[in-house]
Amino acid sequence: MKRRSFVKKATISSFATLIGAEIIFGSNILEGYVPLALQDPDPFKMFNKNKEMVVLNDKPWNMEAQAHLLDDEITPNSCMFIRNNGLIPENIDIKNWVLKIDGESVVKEKTYTLAELKSKFKQYTYQLTIECGGNGRSEFNPPAQGNQWTIGAVHCASWTGVRLRDVLEDAGIKNNAVYIGYHAADIHLSRDPKKEPISRGCPMSKALQDETLIAFKMNGEDIPLVHGYPLRLVAGGWPASVSGKWLNRISIRNIIHDGEKMGGDSYRVPCKPIEPGEKIKDEDYCIIESMPVKSLITYPKSGAIINKGKTLNIRGHAWAGELEVTKMEYSIDYGSTWKMCSVEKPKNRLAWQHFKASIDFPQTGYYEVWAKATDSNGKAQPMLLPGWNPKGYLNNACHRIAVKVK
Amino acid sequence: MSEELEFFKQVKKVYHLLLLLFSLFVIAGGALVYYMSNPEFFNFNKPPEVAVVVEELDPDRIENGIHVETGFVDAEGMMTVVRNCTACHSSKLILQNRMNADRWNATIKWMQQTQNLPDLGKNQEIIVNYLATNYPPVDTGRRPGLTNIDWYELD
Repeated sequence: MKRRSFVKKATISSFATLIGAEIIFGSNILEGYVPLALQDPDPFKMFNKNKEMVVLNDKPWNMEAQAHLLDDEITPNSCMFIRNNGLIPENIDIKNWVLKIDGESVVKEKTYTLAELKSKFKQYTYQLTIECGGNGRSEFNPPAQGNQWTIGAVHCASWTGVRLRDVLEDAGIKNNAVYIGYHAADIHLSRDPKKEPISRGCPMSKALQDETLIAFKMNGEDIPLVHGYPLRLVAGGWPASVSGKWLNRISIRNIIHDGEKMGGDSYRVPCKPIEPGEKIKDEDYCIIESMPVKSLITYPKSGAIINKGKTLNIRGHAWAGELEVTKMEYSIDYGSTWKMCSVEKPKNRLAWQHFKASIDFPQTGYYEVWAKATDSNGKAQPMLLPGWNPKGYLNNACHRIAVKVK
Repeated sequence: MSEELEFFKQVKKVYHLLLLLFSLFVIAGGALVYYMSNPEFFNFNKPPEVAVVVEELDPDRIENGIHVETGFVDAEGMMTVVRNCTACHSSKLILQNRMNADRWNATIKWMQQTQNLPDLGKNQEIIVNYLATNYPPVDTGRRPGLTNIDWYELD
């Protein structure tokens, strides 16, 4: 009996060993687990984007909206375009995040923690139009090299932060200051730590405007990671590349900032008009500053079929860089005749303006509704492509939607 | 005799029981050993696995003349492009663009000057030939017409 008892216990213990082994190596722990390397990153989930956003590039991430996704007066994160030049910073440590102010023309180099920025300076909130300089590039002929943005690389969110001016003045600005240049925590595509993906800036006159912010909130919440968390420079009305994400340093320069993508054909256009496809010398390029007048019909979505006799209500937004939109028109006969839209004043300077109109169609058939904005200097959007330039910037040609009346 | 027979029967019963228990033990043990090496076999309610498929397929497979992994047109020089270009940036950046040999060359030069792209040697000609042949510029005029309109009834 004793022997049997021993065998029995031994059996149980060997079972237990087996059971133990089962727990250690069991499949249940691994259930649903996919090794990180095999995961296909879903940008829509990762960045909380609307499923109808269009991915142009995944390394680096570039994604644009469609006109009808931009119908909100204040653009929500879900429909904001993404334009990254490098890789999103990894391991952001906000406790130790600092913004450094330096450069040839700073009186005294200073660094600020996020808490210091928030407590030391007055906070402001502005709704600001930010449009990629290359928005509309896809239409240029001959084609221009780069991400082929169609119409969706623009947004107008609400940004909260401190004025860049207040921070620069706290550090002190020397009389010889001409430009600011930003530096950020994003990673160069080659992962070379000595290289910056992008380091642009703006003249002092733009840096010192009331609406030029060092922002830490977007639409009332922390800025989403892909849009620059925890700090972003926001300069409405200028190419979006001036609004540097993941900001950690601003240099007050005594020369035009010479950071990455300030030279060559990056964000620069021929100073004088050129023939399509023509090559020009480096010194004949000028840096893009204020963006041109432009508008988008955000409702209805292109392709609407309506019944004869029904009035079509359209609406959208118009913006004009540093200026204001003073006139908004639409045409349903390819520009033969134009009718007025009503257009609201901007919520604040550099915010886009909302327009609307009610359209009656004379008979059944295929129509295009074209929208045309005019700025406070009397410049209107062209119906055809504006002047060709090597990188396909500044396409502000009229937006149009297709409508069928049956 | 009957008592002896009774005892013999009981012993036989116990023997059979033990034999049954032993064989059950052997089967169970065998099953557990099998389970250790093939844990998936007994997992009856496992969720549909997607990632496993990816591992087994050839990353360089071609379907309908398209390199599935990158979306490139399968043509002479394609793998040279895959090897030299998509290590740093997405193939999507190439696929969006349409340029002649001159401008593809200029783009490579720009990447060498600013983006740490090393000298491509004789591969440059292969790459540019592939790109200029398969992704040449198309004349779209001064303003392309609206295409791919997604018609819908608007109430």
